Amino acid sequence: MITVTSRFQFPAAHVLAQPSFSEEKNRQIYGKCANPAGHGHDYWVEVSVSGPMDDETGQIIVPGVLDEIFEETILSRYAHRMLNEESPFGRLVPTAENMALVFKQLLTQAVSNRSSARVAQVRVVETPRNSAESGEIE
Amino acid sequence: MKVLRVTRSIHFSSSLRYWLEDLSEAENLKRFGAQARQHGHNYELEITVAGVPDPETGMVINLTELKAVAEKEIMARFDHRDLNADTDFFIHQPPTPENFASVVFRLLDEALPDGLLSRIRLYATPDHWVDIVRDRP
Repeated sequence: MITVTSRFQFPAAHVLAQPSFSEEKNRQIYGKCANPAGHGHDYWVEVSVSGPMDDETGQIIVPGVLDEIFEETILSRYAHRMLNEESPFGRLVPTAENMALVFKQLLTQAVSNRSSARVAQVRVVETPRNSAESGEIE
Repeated sequence: MKVLRVTRSIHFSSSLRYWLEDLSEAENLKRFGAQARQHGHNYELEITVAGVPDPETGMVINLTELKAVAEKEIMARFDHRDLNADTDFFIHQPPTPENFASVVFRLLDEALPDGLLSRIRLYATPDHWVDIVRDRP
């Protein structure tokens, strides 16, 4: 299988806390990440797509098209924001895992509207030591 | 015995342009835009082989052998070369990361012992890369 990946970066704030839990319980589960005032990261998002190679361009997707999709779908909603205040986060805790799942859904829809490519994997790198990925690349 | 994966990385620099010999200059510029002008990349290539380690040497492949294959098949052909002018691979297809990775996978696969090559990752830039994973039989 061949996949092509573009990597994007954006800064955002979040709080790891389940609103239906007590503050004490959130502290127990999420530790310092539950700080109610928030903290932030420079997120990297790696978007991998697969699909047929376009005969004219020799590409699975034109990188500029993926750039536009990422801008419209992810950056415009989540860059320089408090993630917990942006849908669907809140009750859905904005862990790297949930971000990878949500971004993969959003990008899958947007890519299928604009191209014959398919989103194979989304990897969210929260810090250089912590990442989550949703997809099918080994 | 358990199959393990072993990866060796190499890096090289090449110039290129997206340019098809059977199109006119105007057609190439229209189709490929800025990519039709000669430019260059610092490529990073990760070569992953998979196999059962030899019980005596403890190695899937002698890294000296893998290094020699990478040197002959990749470095000698592409490092500090022009992908269009110095090779025959990109006359009828542009050297996009997808096409270049496909060429690299084929060259390595043919040079290495049968079925040993498991995957490659070719970085055109730190923000744009291609993975080719061998299809499972």
